[in-house]
Amino acid sequence: MTAPLRPADLTAPAVIEVKNLVTEFATRHGPFRAVDDVSFSLKPGKTLCLVGESGSGKSVTARSILQIVDPPGRIVSGSVMLNRHLTARGAEAGIHSIDLAALNPRSAAIRAIRGRDIAMIFQEPMSSLSPVHTIGNQIGEAIRLHENVTKKEARARVIDLLRKVEIPNPDKTIDRYPFEYSGGMRQRAMIAMALACSPGVLIADEPTTALDVTTQAEILSLIKKLQDSEGMSVLFITHDMGVVAEIADEVAVMRYGKIVEQGETLAIFENPQHDYTKMLLGSVKQLDKPSPRRLARRAAHPPGETLLSVENLNKTFFIDSGSFFKTGEALKAVDGVTLTLRAGENLGIVGESGSGKSTLGRTIIRVYEANGGAINYTFRDGRTVDLAALKDRALAPARRDLRMVFQDPFASLNPRMTVAQIVGEPLLVNGLAQGEALKARVAELLGMVGLPASAMERYPHAFSGGQRQRIGIARAIALEPRIIIADEATSALDVSLRSQVLDLLLELQERLNLSFIFISHDIAVIRYFCDRIAVMYRGKIVEEGPTEEVCTHPRHAYTQSLLSAVPHPDPRMRGTRVRTRYREAP
Amino acid sequence: MSSATLDTRQHPTADQASQWRLMWWAFRRHKLAVTGLIIVFLLYFIAAFAEVIAPYDPDLSNARAINHPPQGLHLIKTGPDGGWRFQPHVTAMAQKRDPMTLATTFAPDPTRTVDIEIFGKGAPVTMWGLFTVERRLIAPKVPGERFYLIGADRLGRDMLSRIIYGTRISMSIGLIGVAMSLVLGILLGGLSGYYGGWVDATVQRIVEFKLSMPTIPIWLGLSAALPQDWPPTWRYFAITVILSLIGWTELARVVRGRFLALRTEDFVVAARLDGCSQMRVIFRHMLPSMVSHIIASVSLAIPMMIIAETSLSFLGLGLLPPTISWGVLLKEAQNVRTIAEAPWLFSPGVAVCIAVLALNFLGDGMRDAADPYAQEGR
Repeated sequence: MTAPLRPADLTAPAVIEVKNLVTEFATRHGPFRAVDDVSFSLKPGKTLCLVGESGSGKSVTARSILQIVDPPGRIVSGSVMLNRHLTARGAEAGIHSIDLAALNPRSAAIRAIRGRDIAMIFQEPMSSLSPVHTIGNQIGEAIRLHENVTKKEARARVIDLLRKVEIPNPDKTIDRYPFEYSGGMRQRAMIAMALACSPGVLIADEPTTALDVTTQAEILSLIKKLQDSEGMSVLFITHDMGVVAEIADEVAVMRYGKIVEQGETLAIFENPQHDYTKMLLGSVKQLDKPSPRRLARRAAHPPGETLLSVENLNKTFFIDSGSFFKTGEALKAVDGVTLTLRAGENLGIVGESGSGKSTLGRTIIRVYEANGGAINYTFRDGRTVDLAALKDRALAPARRDLRMVFQDPFASLNPRMTVAQIVGEPLLVNGLAQGEALKARVAELLGMVGLPASAMERYPHAFSGGQRQRIGIARAIALEPRIIIADEATSALDVSLRSQVLDLLLELQERLNLSFIFISHDIAVIRYFCDRIAVMYRGKIVEEGPTEEVCTHPRHAYTQSLLSAVPHPDPRMRGTRVRTRYREAP
Repeated sequence: MSSATLDTRQHPTADQASQWRLMWWAFRRHKLAVTGLIIVFLLYFIAAFAEVIAPYDPDLSNARAINHPPQGLHLIKTGPDGGWRFQPHVTAMAQKRDPMTLATTFAPDPTRTVDIEIFGKGAPVTMWGLFTVERRLIAPKVPGERFYLIGADRLGRDMLSRIIYGTRISMSIGLIGVAMSLVLGILLGGLSGYYGGWVDATVQRIVEFKLSMPTIPIWLGLSAALPQDWPPTWRYFAITVILSLIGWTELARVVRGRFLALRTEDFVVAARLDGCSQMRVIFRHMLPSMVSHIIASVSLAIPMMIIAETSLSFLGLGLLPPTISWGVLLKEAQNVRTIAEAPWLFSPGVAVCIAVLALNFLGDGMRDAADPYAQEGR
């Protein structure tokens, strides 16, 4: 559905010209430069992707253009020229250029430009819409702020807009509140609001990051379609190289507040000049295909006996009898799941948010009680025990063999304990080591995950996300487990760290004879790491099989739609694939 | 972006800084709270050493100094030859009686001064019921002379000494009362938050019921039920218990809220999976994360207790003379005549204001610093 790659005319005049922009945040130890001497230009009707990892200053750059940087941040120097006459909308207005950086952030002049000439959409569609106003009111307000129209006219315009962003039954849904919309519909409503005054420029700050991959694909194609029909220029901010390859005409790569490289999409992807761009593309391309290391290992050591077999597992949540809901409403998060995991094997569980994949992982390790079914685990001595039937106290031996790595490296480590205490905790409470022996073992574990022994006395806040995830892994392997359930273990990490952590897990698998259940929404990561894959949809496993087979020849319609929505980090693939949409048979 | 509290550039040792160190760094940035902390510390210091700090026995009356006005403290004394030396003193006042109305008035008598000595000798007093001290922080140079820095009451007793002794009761009733509420609050709030279900529902309904009752009539009712012939110490404890029976509800809510929030935190789940027993999960992993929040709510609960005690005693239903508390002292200032004739009898009210404000600033600062791991700006 996406448009084919168009050659960008680098000499064309720009709608927005950013020159030597510097934005600083005042901190108690001197100014911190979030945007450091950034220059780029946005061509009429084109899409410029600003790409970078977390903390690179890409969002602050976008906010600087509209002068909506949160205090204590402020623009220190540089200019942001808006050439209004070059936008599709302002063409009739005559030659008219404004330096946005010179305007007062609270002036009427900049307010007249926000929303009218330049509109912005944000990452979190729930928090960027007001929960107490109907969608229609919020979009209508945007129109009536800038144009002199009656309420009735505004309403008609809003219905038109909602139709344009493909929201079903716009004349009814206009009176709904944001909480009645799904995530994707909210983002559509945000886009409708942004389009309300047909702006010449749309700034989209990670608009699809909070969305599922199938929804992301729909939103991306919607933006592209609207851009073509309205003649907008789009400044698209993202961390995802796949998204860049899908939509960008030009790319600017940011790092530490500076643009390290910019140019046409094809040139950047096929002939990156800067080392950072090469590294970024390298780590993206490294994923999305099987890890050679894993394949070599499986050839030498094929997976062994069945370790864990989950049979017909059910987990139902009862929504509390709070007065706002009907009493005892049941939500089947895991619905009759049957799985097996063999020794030395990596099983991937893939699904979108709300598919029940995290609940499945947590039910297997008995954080949640199962409502039915069996979790048969075979111990080292050959005994097979149904974990679902065990009392909480009898679980201890099984919990030494089954360990978990969490998604959020910040929330999963107790901030009030040192790294030595965190990693040593399972050894200590299981009575395996104490005193000097404990210290030595912790140092050894930290060494295994690639952290220095000097990390022991420090607190988690001293470490970056990737290092924290390594601490979490060290805690998981402390008891010499046999199975590790990794719940979105790499999702919170930047792409360059993702493959490092996955390689670490593979290395540990070889050294410690581990088996993994790897839960993720990211097919690329699963493809790199997992031997087999189970696709979950609404609590059920819809398809299961060897990873490569499922990825290349998906049989179930849901898997097909999921795979067709994944953006590919190759601009030449743009528009070559047919995206399907899965609708459950009623 | 890194949050400023955890910035290693500012604190080279931040990597190894424990929760308390981080809290202290965050607290220190809050200037008003630091001021509050100093004042609160001073108040408790005064309360602890009231015997030495107060110049006189608070119950020492003087028929010739009834409603004696405050005397200004001068530090430098000039001699008749024009020379000067450091000598704190006050100008004595002469009592006059109006022959028509028979009202007594005081006028400064420039010929007489009362010299004041720092750590001079005063009347012997038993310190903490253990040993006798004679030295006072400030005392008249000539034994037996009297001075009234903030005036005297209707029996000629020194207000300054009375306020200093009142600090002891008023500040401690807050501490002890809050300590009792804390035990109740943590116990019931903790049960409520940890077990959930019907335990939670029961405790919360009780809390809501208690919160729905108007507090002042309840205090009045309960204190009116106290036998009038109880000795002052019994009465003191009875009042504390009454205050804390009302005060625990807020704390129970805070504790329950923290328990609920922490129960689903990943690191608590991880501790369970590590094989920690329930007790270890609660005491090693959950409680340390709550302590800072609890301390913050406690420091905000103490001023409420002080105000409550003052109000009750002011109404004559809390502590009764001869016990001295700020509320008891304020009871003296209940009528219009006092405002007209001896406005300095309101000075215990100033002490209440200072104490409550200082504790509130301190509590605010502690609450802001309570979670050093929260990102800035949230």
